[in-house]
Amino acid sequence: MFILITGLLLGGTYALIALGLNLQYGVARIMNLANGEMLVAGGFAAFWLYTAGQVNPVAALIVIAPVAFVANWLIYRFMLQPLVKRAKSRGALEVDSILATFGMSFAFVGIMTWAFGGGYFNYAFLAQPLEMFGSSYAQNRVVAFVLAVVIGGALWLWLTYSRVGLNLRAVAVNPASASLVGVDVRRASALAFALGGAVTATGGALVSMFFTLDASVGVLFTMKALIIIIMGGVGDVRGTIVAAVILGIAETAVARLVDPGLTLAAAYLLFLLVLLFKPAGLFGKARG
Amino acid sequence: MYRRTFTQLAAAAVALAAGAGMSLAQDTIRMGAAAPQTGPLAGGATVTHWPAVRLWVHQTNEAGGLQVGDRRMTIELVEYDDQTNPQQAIQAAQRLATQDQVDFMVAPYSTGMNLAAAPIFAQLGYPMITGTAVTDQQPALAQQFPNMFFVLGRTSVMAEDTAHVLVGMRDRGEIGNRVALVNVADAFGIEMAGISRGVLEENGFEIVYESSYPLGTQDLAPVIDGAKAATPDAFIAWSYPGDTFALTDQAIVQNFAPHVFFTAVATAFPGYAARFGDQIEGVMGMGGVNADDAAFQAFAEAHMEFAGQAPDYWASAATYATLEILGQAIEATGSIDRATVLAYLQDRSHEYETILGPVNFNENNDNERYWTVGQWQDGVFRGIAARGRDGAVAAELFDGWN
Repeated sequence: MFILITGLLLGGTYALIALGLNLQYGVARIMNLANGEMLVAGGFAAFWLYTAGQVNPVAALIVIAPVAFVANWLIYRFMLQPLVKRAKSRGALEVDSILATFGMSFAFVGIMTWAFGGGYFNYAFLAQPLEMFGSSYAQNRVVAFVLAVVIGGALWLWLTYSRVGLNLRAVAVNPASASLVGVDVRRASALAFALGGAVTATGGALVSMFFTLDASVGVLFTMKALIIIIMGGVGDVRGTIVAAVILGIAETAVARLVDPGLTLAAAYLLFLLVLLFKPAGLFGKARG
Repeated sequence: MYRRTFTQLAAAAVALAAGAGMSLAQDTIRMGAAAPQTGPLAGGATVTHWPAVRLWVHQTNEAGGLQVGDRRMTIELVEYDDQTNPQQAIQAAQRLATQDQVDFMVAPYSTGMNLAAAPIFAQLGYPMITGTAVTDQQPALAQQFPNMFFVLGRTSVMAEDTAHVLVGMRDRGEIGNRVALVNVADAFGIEMAGISRGVLEENGFEIVYESSYPLGTQDLAPVIDGAKAATPDAFIAWSYPGDTFALTDQAIVQNFAPHVFFTAVATAFPGYAARFGDQIEGVMGMGGVNADDAAFQAFAEAHMEFAGQAPDYWASAATYATLEILGQAIEATGSIDRATVLAYLQDRSHEYETILGPVNFNENNDNERYWTVGQWQDGVFRGIAARGRDGAVAAELFDGWN
C-alpha cells in the first residue's frame, strides 16, 4: 500500500512536470527544451510569494498561472512564430525549435540567477504528515497530487468536449488539414503553447512545496518530461498521465523492493520497452 | 582615408591609456576567481564560496589593502562563472592568466572542479589554496602539483570520525549497534559510505539497511521507509544538498527518529536551519566549526552584514581562510611575484593566523587541523569532532522531530 500511494503521489508530480510540455509539443510542435526552466520559474514565483507575502502556494496559482500564460503567449508570438512561418516541414520546425528553446533555457537560467541568485530555494508548506492506511505521507505531496488530477482531468475534458479543444486536437493530428477545415492553426498553436507554459509553471509552483530548487535545476525536469510524453504518446493528455503514474509506481516499487540505486535504470527500461513495442507511445497513433 | 587615420589614432590613444592604467594599477593586486554561478553546484557555491571570497576582498580593501613591501595594495576581483563545467573552469583559469593577467587566483569551488583546474594552475604557476576540496589523494596531488594546498581536510578522516562518534555513543551505552547507511551514488557518496561501513563493522556495528540512490533524486520516501522498517539506532546518509533536504523532510513526515540522524553536505547550511527550524535539534552533519570562537562569530557577523546571508558552519570559513593565508604570504614576502609567494607557502615552517585558528601545511601541503563532524545544538551547528582543533562539544542524542 505504501508503495502504491507513494508511487501515485510521485506519478502526480511527474504528470505536473510533463503535461505542459505535452501540449506544447503535441499541438504547437515546439519541442520546448526550456520547459524545465519555466517550471523552476513557477517554483521561484511561489517561493517568493510565500516568503515575501505569506501567500499560500496553492492560492498563488491564481496569479502565477495567468502570468505564465501571458509570458508564454508572448514567447510564442515573438520568438517562435517566426520559426513556424519559415519552417518548410515539421522536421525543420522541430530542429529549429529545439535549437531556439535550448538557447532560451540558458537565457532563463541567466535571468533567474541574476534575479534570485544561484542558491537553493525551499520553504516549508504543509510539510506535515497525513496518516493513510497505517503510513504517513507528506500533505504537500497529497495536495499536489489532487491538483494534478484536477488539472489533468480538466484539460482532458476541455480538449475532448469543447470546441476550442477540438480545434487543438485537430491541429495536433494534422496542421495542414486542420487549416483546410477552418481551424486557425496559428491561434490554436499559440493558445496551446501558452496554456502548456501556464500548466508547467503551475506544476513548478506545486513541486516547489517539496523539492529544493535552484536556478540551474530545470534541465532535470525537462528530461523527465520528455521521457514521460514520449512514453505516453505525443499530444495525448491521458497518455501523459498514465505514463507518469506508471513511472511513479515503478520507480517507487524498485526503490523500495529492489534498490533505490536502480530507479533510473527501471525508468529507462520501461521507456525502452514502450519504444520497442509501442513506438508511438502508449496512447499515440502511428502517423501515416 | 581620414577615417582610417582617425581609427588608428584612437586605437593608439586607447593603447596609451591602457598602458598608463597598467602602471597606475600597480597599486592594486588583480585576483581572479572562477567558480559556479550556474550549473549543478551553483547552489552550494552561492552559500559557501562567493560570499566568503567577496567578503575577504571587501574587508581587505576597507582596511586599506595589503601591505606589500612599502606599498599598500588594494584588491581587484575578476569573477567568472565556470558553469560547474570542468572544461569551463580550465578555460576561465587560462583566460584569467593570459587575458586578464591576474596576479593571483582563488581556487575553484568543490573537489571535482579543483581537481579539474589543478593542472592548469600548476602549468601557469599560480598558488592554489583550496578551501572546498576534500579528497584522499592529497599526497599524490601535492607531489604532482606542488602549488596545490588543502585547508578543508580529508574525506577518509571525516568518514572515520563520523563512525567514531557512533562508536563513542555506543560505548557510553547511549545507542545500540544497528545502523542504516545510505549514500548518493557518485564518487563522494560511494567512497564515504565505504569508509564508514568499514569502521563501523570493525567496531561490531550491524548495518541493518544499506542503499544508494542516483544523483539528483529528491523522491526519497522509499529510502526513509526502508530505513525505518529496519529499526536502526543510527541513520547515516552521505548526501548532497537537494537530497539532504529531501531525506530530512521525509524523515519528519514519516516520523523516522533514530537516536542519531546524520546527513552530509548542506546540513551545516544556514538554509537547513531556515527550512526546518528547531525540528533539527540534534541532527548531525559533515564539517562543523567552533561556533563559540570569537573569530568565527566576528566572521559570521560580517558575512551577514556584507552578503545578507549567514555563512555555513563549515567550508565558508575555510574558503575565507584560504584568502587569509594567501594575503599573509603576500605580506610576509612583500611581493606579488607568484614564484616568491609560492616558495613562501611551500616552506612548511610558516604558520598562518586564520578564522579557523592557526593553519600550517604538512609535507603533503595538507592542513592537519580541521573539523569533521558537527551537530545542531540550540540552533547552532557546533563541531563535535575535530582533528587538532579545540572547542568540540559532546555529541547529544537525537530525541525526535519536535
